[in-house]
Amino acid sequence: MEYVISVLLSGISVGGQYALIAIGYTLVYGILRLINFAHGDVFMVAGLLGIYLTATMPVYVSIPLVILITVFLGFIIERAAYRPLRSAPRMSVMISAIGVSYLLQNTATYVTGGQPMTYPVIPFLSSTVNVAGTQTKWVVILTPILVLVLVYALNMLINKTKVGMAMRAVSKDFETSRLMGIRINAIISVTFVIGSALAAVGSVLFFTNYPAITPMAGAMPGLKAFVAAVFGGIGSIPGAVIGAFIIGICETIIKGLPSAWDVSVFSDAFTFALLIVILIFKPQGLFGEAATDKV
Amino acid sequence: MGNALHLENVTMQFGGVVSVNNLTLDVPEKQIIALIGPNGAGKTTAFNCITGVYQPTNGLIEFMGKPMVRNHPTGKALKNYKGENADKYAKEAPLSPTPDQITGLGIARTFQNIRLWKSMTVFENVLIAKHQHAKQNVFSATFRGNLSEEKRMRDETMELLREQGLDAYKDELAVSLPYGLQRRLEIARALATGPKLLLLDEPAAGMNPQETIELADFVRQIREKYDLTVFLIEHHMDLVMNISDYIYVIDFGSEIARGVPKEVQNNQHVIEAYLGVSDKE
Amino acid sequence: MEQKKNISRIFIGFAILFLIVILLENLSSFIPGLPQVFQPTSPLFTVLKKAAVYSLVAVSMNLLNGFTGLFSLGQAGFMLLGAYTYAILMVPSDQKEQVYYLFGGCAFNFSLLDMFGGIFGKTGVGGAISMIISCLIALILAGAVAGFFAYLIGIPVLRLKSDYLAIATLGFAEILRAIFQWQKLGKITNGANMIKGFPTFSSFNITNASGATILRLSTFVPFLVSSVCILIIVLLINSSYGRAFKSIRDDEIAAEAMGISLFKHKMLSFVISSFFAGVGGALFAMYVANAQAKAFTSVMTYEILLIVVIGGVGSVSGSVIATFLYVACSEWWLRFLDSEQYIGGFKVPLLRNGFRMVVFSVVIMVIVLFFSQGIMGGNEINIGAFLKKISSKSERKR
Repeated sequence: MEYVISVLLSGISVGGQYALIAIGYTLVYGILRLINFAHGDVFMVAGLLGIYLTATMPVYVSIPLVILITVFLGFIIERAAYRPLRSAPRMSVMISAIGVSYLLQNTATYVTGGQPMTYPVIPFLSSTVNVAGTQTKWVVILTPILVLVLVYALNMLINKTKVGMAMRAVSKDFETSRLMGIRINAIISVTFVIGSALAAVGSVLFFTNYPAITPMAGAMPGLKAFVAAVFGGIGSIPGAVIGAFIIGICETIIKGLPSAWDVSVFSDAFTFALLIVILIFKPQGLFGEAATDKV
Repeated sequence: MGNALHLENVTMQFGGVVSVNNLTLDVPEKQIIALIGPNGAGKTTAFNCITGVYQPTNGLIEFMGKPMVRNHPTGKALKNYKGENADKYAKEAPLSPTPDQITGLGIARTFQNIRLWKSMTVFENVLIAKHQHAKQNVFSATFRGNLSEEKRMRDETMELLREQGLDAYKDELAVSLPYGLQRRLEIARALATGPKLLLLDEPAAGMNPQETIELADFVRQIREKYDLTVFLIEHHMDLVMNISDYIYVIDFGSEIARGVPKEVQNNQHVIEAYLGVSDKE
Repeated sequence: MEQKKNISRIFIGFAILFLIVILLENLSSFIPGLPQVFQPTSPLFTVLKKAAVYSLVAVSMNLLNGFTGLFSLGQAGFMLLGAYTYAILMVPSDQKEQVYYLFGGCAFNFSLLDMFGGIFGKTGVGGAISMIISCLIALILAGAVAGFFAYLIGIPVLRLKSDYLAIATLGFAEILRAIFQWQKLGKITNGANMIKGFPTFSSFNITNASGATILRLSTFVPFLVSSVCILIIVLLINSSYGRAFKSIRDDEIAAEAMGISLFKHKMLSFVISSFFAGVGGALFAMYVANAQAKAFTSVMTYEILLIVVIGGVGSVSGSVIATFLYVACSEWWLRFLDSEQYIGGFKVPLLRNGFRMVVFSVVIMVIVLFFSQGIMGGNEINIGAFLKKISSKSERKR
């Protein structure tokens, strides 16, 4: 029983961390129809920033600063690498995203020397707590709560504010929104800012759990978060969150299976198998809308 | 002579919107038949149902007397279905060939917004349309075991370009041609698939009056020359009245009139659909 | 007539290329005291071998992405299949015990090399024949296995739209990687450990009875295999099927309306591309002299994709040129960026381990953003026409 609770708890918390990344994917895809391959690496950079900044300043300064710098990074990436290709074929933008991802990974290798870095112990988050007889870190308990609060806030933003209305309009029809006088570029920047901020928050939570950061540390969580976004129906925030929780829980269960079966190598592969199954049977995801092409 | 094309109770519903409603019509062989209607009446959707781009929600389409496309709504689509005759085709298995299979049967089309292959030359645009009927497989083609077949395709393409007066442009990029010639090239490309029935989607769109007159002659010529049946959508009333043997008029997806050009011209419903009904009536 | 002449010119061109390669790699045995560059251990030959292998993979990816317009990111997965197929088929039986020692031997006790060795002999000319034939068959089977898996995965995923296709193929490659690392399959795949002991490029060097090398062919072999494969791809691209692929790339809806079966042609392109990726994977295994699932990550696919972009999407010669430039820069010319350098007494700033890849990725971003056409755009270097120009010039001189 205790074992089940601990697996479930950590599954939910991993899922919550994926959810924070997945929202960034789903927002950007909803608006630009772009798989932002660099998003996972932005998440990794946020982790590295966390290490370097906490080393020199107190946590209550460094973490807001991490979020701020990550937001700036996301903003710059969109400006420099995606905006110039606005009218180019979609494949070019995706290639540009892969290029950015490559650049971030290589820069991280250069800066860190390629060695795994250890994420600092953040007071409170790392301290342990007893839940139903199971010892666990506070971060595990806090993550799902934080995710729900952030998603609620984001939903309010999207459904109740003018910016949110513009975001919805742009994701429905890019060209018409432009004709209606919506400042497309500003809206896209806002999207990247939100996505990066959530990725930064996610990185603090994720790396408190898995404290080793390598330059490749963002790639896999990034891809998984994207799968979560597809699973939930890309463009749908609740969909992305539910998808992320499902993937997080399944992954932890697989990792927790008896080691004699040796199936833990499939914890990553499982996500992709799930993706292929979803794409075959329900390509629009759980909450997505089917689109028809116009001839 | 029989019908080249026969539509029966064809209904196309997207979500809650019925684009084509219970459309029944005949296109007799060797005739030029027109489908007209105001913008958004569902003409192109009807074409897309015939060519396999969409699968109609309900109805039957026969080509040369044989059932080609057939469907009936089931499940969720049946619950939301707003059209008629939902159970008429329920007994028979649905038929939904892909567009290329339909082209293979002998139906070729052009597009309202010209869709030529932009990185390719005029010659290649026509040549590719010959690919489907060539006797070759990927090995013989790669290792050049199909030289005689390749030569035949090239010769026939050249011949077709000559006939259409496009041979002078054969090595130019298709998209670099003037608009009128692009339309003509699209027709030439459709002819290269060896069709029995040619569907023209607004062939005169964007043409000036002089070009439109030429187009009318051109359509008649190719009908004679290639022994074709022609089914077209058009907005230019001059052209439609000039060349059509018979006309169907649809509005909001449903047929509102049919007849020879004279009858349609004087039909009250048609005039209302095109000019709008005044509120005072 | 003109076409036949063109073909013979292309053959002459390739013959000259092969001669140059063989000469180059044997130069040091004829002329002693040459600079280090011409020694067999020089980075020049590493670059040539690796680039020959990578250029085949890049061209196969270009067939799919550039000529058919299918954005697939599964290349590394198909290379993995090819590499393992080759490795498993070619490890000699007497070495299997040692390679698979962690799993107590291999479940699959067959080796093409032994089979043909039994027919033609294992040493001397017979050994050479059995080596060549078994290698050839293993390469073809490596491609066939990759192609077969491409067919299986293609049935569901080729119906997807471009970006979903990309992520699904990427996922497929990751799944393969996990399966091949699974310890339960260790008796076949050797788990997460590498498979070694199969013939590599150096196995083709001709040695005399005492074991000294007489004629080096280790660079020539990858050149030969890659050239033949790329030539086949070029023939395909210029055939009726190649034109059909391009029509799908330009406008799917129009292609379908003109009788091109989308599914059939996408599948053909996908299977053929994967076949050659599989062959490329087998060559890669020969190049690094081992097969290990760990090597075939998505980073490898990205690297090849970036090569294709640098060369120009939709240009075979562009992909080949870009591969050689890319590999030469990353393995040789830009190596100096990775270590501290002094000009005079002045230490050049920034230079240390990892800087090369940073410079590299910046260059790639610049190309992607500002020179999106790549080196060649969609154009080709026509070898036949090029040689014709040269020959007509020399005739005029006479």
